[in-house]
Amino acid sequence: MGSGNREKFDNPVVEWVDSRLPVFTLMQKEYGVFPTPKNFNYFWNFGAIAMVMLVTMIVTGIALAMHYVPHAAMAFDSVERIMRDVNHGWLLRYLHANGASFFFIAVYIHIFRGMYYGSYKNPRELLWILGVVIFLLMMATAFMGYVLPWGQMSFWGATVITNLFSAIPLVGDSIVTLLWGGFSVDNPTLNRFFALHYLLPFVIFAVVFLHVWALHVTGSNNPLGIEPKGKQDTLPFHPYYTIKDTFGLLVFLLLYVGYAFFAPNDLGHPDNYIPADPLVTPAHIVPEWYFLPFYAILRAITFDIAIPFTDIVLISAKLGGVLAMFGSIALLFALPFLDKHPVRSAVFRPWFKIAFLALAVVTFILGVCGGKPAEGLWVPLAQICTLYYYAFFLVIIPFLNKKEPVAKLPPSIHEAVLSKNKQG
Amino acid sequence: MKYSIFIFLMILTIGFASGSAVAAESSHKIPHQHWSFDGVFGTYDRGALQRGFQVYTQVCAACHSMKHLSYRNLSALGYSEAEVKAIAAQNTVTDGPDDEGEMFERPMKPSDKFKNPYENDKQARYANNGALPPDLSLITKARHGGADYIYALLTGYAEAPEGETLGAGQHWNKYMPGNKIAMAAPLSDDMVGYEDGTPATLDQYARDVSHFLTWAAEPEMEVRKRTGIKVFIFLLIFAGIMYATKRKIWAGVKKS
Amino acid sequence: MSTKPTPANDQADEPTRRDFLYLTAAAFGVVGAGSVAWPLIDQMNPAADTLALSTTEVDLSPIEEGQAITVMWRGKPVFIRHRTAKEIEEAKADDSADLRDPQTDAERVKEGHEKWLVMVGICTHLGCVPLGQKDTDVKGEYDGWFCPCHGSHYDSSGRIRKGPAPTNLAVPEYTFLNETTIKIG
Repeated sequence: MGSGNREKFDNPVVEWVDSRLPVFTLMQKEYGVFPTPKNFNYFWNFGAIAMVMLVTMIVTGIALAMHYVPHAAMAFDSVERIMRDVNHGWLLRYLHANGASFFFIAVYIHIFRGMYYGSYKNPRELLWILGVVIFLLMMATAFMGYVLPWGQMSFWGATVITNLFSAIPLVGDSIVTLLWGGFSVDNPTLNRFFALHYLLPFVIFAVVFLHVWALHVTGSNNPLGIEPKGKQDTLPFHPYYTIKDTFGLLVFLLLYVGYAFFAPNDLGHPDNYIPADPLVTPAHIVPEWYFLPFYAILRAITFDIAIPFTDIVLISAKLGGVLAMFGSIALLFALPFLDKHPVRSAVFRPWFKIAFLALAVVTFILGVCGGKPAEGLWVPLAQICTLYYYAFFLVIIPFLNKKEPVAKLPPSIHEAVLSKNKQG
Repeated sequence: MKYSIFIFLMILTIGFASGSAVAAESSHKIPHQHWSFDGVFGTYDRGALQRGFQVYTQVCAACHSMKHLSYRNLSALGYSEAEVKAIAAQNTVTDGPDDEGEMFERPMKPSDKFKNPYENDKQARYANNGALPPDLSLITKARHGGADYIYALLTGYAEAPEGETLGAGQHWNKYMPGNKIAMAAPLSDDMVGYEDGTPATLDQYARDVSHFLTWAAEPEMEVRKRTGIKVFIFLLIFAGIMYATKRKIWAGVKKS
Repeated sequence: MSTKPTPANDQADEPTRRDFLYLTAAAFGVVGAGSVAWPLIDQMNPAADTLALSTTEVDLSPIEEGQAITVMWRGKPVFIRHRTAKEIEEAKADDSADLRDPQTDAERVKEGHEKWLVMVGICTHLGCVPLGQKDTDVKGEYDGWFCPCHGSHYDSSGRIRKGPAPTNLAVPEYTFLNETTIKIG
């Protein structure tokens, strides 16, 4: 960010500012002429789309916070007041509620892209880890946001998820009491969730800044997974990718507004339009769809882990589920260090490609299991899928490190693109 | 290949998202009715709304509150300001304290919330065999099936089949989850007099009140859909322009 | 993606079409941003329930001559003063005085109800509530109201006479429903 080799701007005002604080030089360097591989496909739009969703969530959220009342006795009614009386209140709330889902859709596709094309590999390990940190923060933010309307799902979701911590040996119950600020989910819980739900998006924003910073140090990966070797392999970010990202963003927004305006409650749950009642639990407690795969892993551990032939339980089913769930995310952190195969992109790794696409399908099935009652065939199905999830990271990837043949890669992005265009 | 993966993933994610929401369903198949508010261009039928409000006032309001609605909201049903005032003034509310510190009764005003039939939930339970009549302001959003469910429930009363025993104060309903409902069949033919010549039948009452309750839960629906169509068309054209711009800019890239 | 070749000599007519696309895209962007900004700003305006509560009815019968009451209307104090004959005299006599915000007393009351003065009790300088409602209050040099914040003096018609305030105390929209009841707003 130094002002070492700064070029002069024609506009005197811009020049005056830039010579004192080189923001224009920075923008020019990082978003104007920034050399970007020329072979991106549309998967590379989702970083920018996720960024726009984050801003959308912050902006609509701040407007909603001007009307929302974080008090157990008034929260539900204040949300209804937003829906009925506040100018454009229904619009803001539906954009915010559906925005959460579409933020996750964008981020899940972004993660899928990163894994498929090996974007987490050297030298982009830290970039990837920062991304997983963002993902974790998003989950915490989304969870606390869902509690705020103080409907039945809010209340019981909060109860179930905070109770996860009671699985921790010895200190679990004290931690849960600390989280609640009382002896059940109640007004103090709602109050702190609101405070944190307001804070965390700005923390996310800060980590996104680091994420983008790290990206601009290493440069972007690309579908071929080979580094650009010179000018013929890259394009300036503007106008090529600013325009392309905007086009992709607009298509994404079409889907988003389609939901927000025409099916605003399809992604939610009817029970959350019933005010919270600590005496009645809804028949099926289902988290929001974006948590379902993890929820399925949580519920897949239905058995205690004991020392064989004794009654000594090492890990109870409850603790096992919690560990499995958090472990599934911890594995994402470890991914850059588990996968040591020299080839990045799945395009040149047929074995990895099959194993990874299977993982995507398995995660999808886990999501379906998470939405079903934990009974019948759904339980063993979730267990098999959980097993595959873990095996992918801990068995298949180490195996591929050793056994998957190293393919011959194209000499450069430029030549690969050229030969492909000749064929087509 | 790469695009097919992309489209597949998009469909998968969205399909999954909407599929999961209906995952936890009851086993009762609720038949779909035709409603004027269905679909992207659907709007409410003002006649049905007014009749539904009449059914609510004369039947449901005896036990069910609608605490998120105010009388002023009724202007959306096509009532004039004076009519809304008159409707509100039919009920009284305790206000105060006055200058002498006393509470007093006064006629309701358009800015007041709908009259609650009970002082509090405990009184409501006590008066209804321990069952709390749910508030109806959001009922179509708070139940799977929405208006279809309300209509099905209101028309779904029947004799309990052989072998099923009902407890005291319980009634058999085909569409109530668990089939046992504390509310007795509330509607019957000719119990509410319609002024516009619409047949005074149980079926029509159930249809109209479901229509009214959908409006009560989603009063913003018409303006929401109208705005949505404009936003959608705007984005569609904008996306088309950006696509043309993108093609123009990228035209020279891939060949050289 | 693009399979159609673009010959290099095509470049000459490129800029016009490209510029047109850029301009249209930019125009759409501006319109889009504006449309998004409006709901975000307008949500801060009074909501429907707030607007519905914006009228207040006041019973005047308990107010004795020479007394004043303060009622709340839209979250603001409204001064209602039952003026004495002397106060009305003074107010009318000053109609021709050198006023900063010229207004006759008749313009500030309802015809036939000259004894009732209804005003928003907020100093037009910086929004403090002037003194003068109670018998024991300082009423300023013109036998009306006095704002303690920066020393504005109002007369018995609520007109600004001395001090920094720029205009007279505002008269809200109100009507007499009958001889002893007014509706403010």
